[in-house]
Amino acid sequence: MAATTHDNAHGHDDHHDHDHKPGFVARWLFSTNHKDIGTLYLIFAVIGGVVGGALSMIMRAQLQFPNSHIVTSGQEWNTIVTSHGLLMIFFSVMPALIGGFGNWFIPLMIGAPDMAFPRLNNISFWLLPPAFVLICIGLVMGESGSGWTLYPPLSNSTYESGMGMDCTLFALHLAGASSLLGSMNFITTIFNMRAPGMTLHKMPLFIWAELVTAFLLVLSVPVLAGAITMLICDRNFGTAFFDPTGGGDPVLFQHLFWFFGHPEVYIMILPGFGIVSHVISTFSRKPIFGYLGMVYAMVGIGVVGFVVWAHHMYLSGIDIDTRAYFMGATMVIAVPTGIKIFSWIATMWGGSISFETPMLWAVGFLFVFTLGGVTGVVCANAGIDYMIHNTYYVIAHFHYVLSLGAVFSIFCGIYYWFGKMSGRQYPEFWGRVHFWMTFVGVNLTFFPQHFLGLSGMPRRYPDYPNAFAGWNYVSSIGAYISGVAMLVFLYVCYRTLTSKEKVADNPWGEGATTLEWTQTSPPAFHTYLELPRIK
Amino acid sequence: MRVLRRLIAALTFMMMAPWLMGGAFAQAPGGVIGAPKPWEMGPQPAYSALKRQIIDLHDLVLVIITVITIFVAALLVWVMYRYSAHRNPNPSRTSHHTMLEIAWTVVPVLILVVMAIPSFRLIYFLDRTPNPDLTVKVIAHQWYWEYNYPDNGDFAIESRYVRDEDLKPGQLRLLEVDNQMIVPVGKSVRILTSSADVIHSFFVPALGVQRYAIPGRTIEMWLTADKPGVYYGQCNQICGQDHSRMPIAVRAVPEAEFKAWAEKAKKSASVTESARVFAAAETTATTGIQR
Repeated sequence: MAATTHDNAHGHDDHHDHDHKPGFVARWLFSTNHKDIGTLYLIFAVIGGVVGGALSMIMRAQLQFPNSHIVTSGQEWNTIVTSHGLLMIFFSVMPALIGGFGNWFIPLMIGAPDMAFPRLNNISFWLLPPAFVLICIGLVMGESGSGWTLYPPLSNSTYESGMGMDCTLFALHLAGASSLLGSMNFITTIFNMRAPGMTLHKMPLFIWAELVTAFLLVLSVPVLAGAITMLICDRNFGTAFFDPTGGGDPVLFQHLFWFFGHPEVYIMILPGFGIVSHVISTFSRKPIFGYLGMVYAMVGIGVVGFVVWAHHMYLSGIDIDTRAYFMGATMVIAVPTGIKIFSWIATMWGGSISFETPMLWAVGFLFVFTLGGVTGVVCANAGIDYMIHNTYYVIAHFHYVLSLGAVFSIFCGIYYWFGKMSGRQYPEFWGRVHFWMTFVGVNLTFFPQHFLGLSGMPRRYPDYPNAFAGWNYVSSIGAYISGVAMLVFLYVCYRTLTSKEKVADNPWGEGATTLEWTQTSPPAFHTYLELPRIK
Repeated sequence: MRVLRRLIAALTFMMMAPWLMGGAFAQAPGGVIGAPKPWEMGPQPAYSALKRQIIDLHDLVLVIITVITIFVAALLVWVMYRYSAHRNPNPSRTSHHTMLEIAWTVVPVLILVVMAIPSFRLIYFLDRTPNPDLTVKVIAHQWYWEYNYPDNGDFAIESRYVRDEDLKPGQLRLLEVDNQMIVPVGKSVRILTSSADVIHSFFVPALGVQRYAIPGRTIEMWLTADKPGVYYGQCNQICGQDHSRMPIAVRAVPEAEFKAWAEKAKKSASVTESARVFAAAETTATTGIQR
């Protein structure tokens, strides 16, 4: 994307910063600047990820051997499982990919001075910390043991009577409101504030990805909010929406939950698609192959993503013809996903590829996402799903697309834009160490879980029959390796932020063609005082 | 080098340790055992027509996805090798190839069709009980199973897990139960699941059956055990603190033995709350047995 900027502010930036940067409290607590809010989101995502990751270390330690007692009761275990899921989804992956990179780079990439609604942006971030506290209350009280899917009756007041469960539900309300406000802001910004000349079909793929994601959020989160409100009413105000003895239906909740829950998984992966596209194009020194196909594959995934939700419910006694429909619709998703994978490879084909850390993560993403994608096709088959539903096969599948796919794309984005955001160079050696340790660790963790699942090991078990011991042991060793890799990442952050090495405006060379590389590193507090023009 | 070799040896030992600890697998008196095996890498062997068909489809899909994964991985390795910066310093500018784009849209569609045909056939095959010989109502409780035999005198038995300290030598930890669910071998058994409290899932991998047990609903499935023996399973939907402690054990016995057992069990068993649970189920929407 060729661009000419008439931004003559470069020479004045330093002067400019001193004049307009507010004090600490005003800058970080009352922030309306998209870059600062993006930074807050990213820090928050790292904290959420570290807490959620610590929980997974506890889980893998408990499961390393059969009959261990690191976690003392089943209820405590269930609470850890629930919190791990919710923390990773709502407080790590989403804040990083949507709030973090979205806020930082949507305005920078479309040539807008800031988001459309800066104050709304501020509140969408500040709804998250209280939500995080509420989740932690549920965790510490040990009263939210329903699984992240929150299925009643287990989550209603008879079986989960404590206040901790209400805290967890309310946390989801807050987190949902946060993403809803954020995504409205994204949509408005993208539709109205693109630089002159940037038509929709000239928009960078990352912007398309965030746009589709924002639409998915706006359409799906209210359904979750409705379901949770009904659940809270069932728990506290005597209604019986999901209680069969009062004429309600537990399966209704499953429908509502998954009408949100399935688009949610695309919400977590689509921004990653965007990031990976840019990184592959940059390091191959080639424009993206089949740009329009990539755009409409994402739109297609978004649309079809809304009509496949009941593939999570093959066992819930829904009608056989309904199951058949959902099975067919789910398989269709493999087509646009395949288009994306092949287009990425075609982008690399004929390129002149260099393998700095971001590119390692991008190639790693392609591999693990393909693996997670093909096992998704296995799970989509209702007949096979009867055998693997709720087993570790499913755990392996969705960790391959999320814990590996989405998280790889987050790290990909962090290394790609670390210099741009901080103005400092990350240590290349430690970045590579981080990648290789993570790659080995997570594959060792999750690949054996396919075997456990096929063999019939159910999920959410704190203890298991001795026959499952072998692969669980391997899986735990892998988890420890990835845990250490996370420490390496924290060290990389420390080294980068204390580094004296400055980064050029565009450290990646001719392949990096999007607008953010025309700005200084780090960008001025206020960018695009004069709008760039796209040829 | 020596350090490396020692490291590998130590790692191998660590990997093997749990396997060496793994319990002995005693053959059940008079038949096979359907249970997970140490280091198992695929589905448990099939002991019913359902499971055989599921495994057949799974194997077909597994071959397809393995080929696709290897194909993608090979392409990736090739482009990384051939088009690395020092082998190919001048990148091309190609960004379109209509035929190629059509091909990688149409070919996956064709592969999916190949997969979908047996897949649809399978789910319709699994759905209906062909001429059931008897019905067993399975009612899930926190945290035990209740099995009702309406065709053999409408008695019920309760099935709870065997605590670790009560295990006899050769019994499988967290799979063994006090009262097994007895079914006649070779007969098609209709299973109706429901629940008295929260949602559970009735899951017996070796027989290829799994359905939720949902309060207020009745869900139908069926099974036929090919051989006499015991088939183990576990509750597979989070149901509270003892979720991992409500295993399932289905014992298939010859029909005469089943009849004798049923006669005896009828006398000793009490009428349980199955009637209440299924009455509640009938008042709300039911599926499965409706059509």
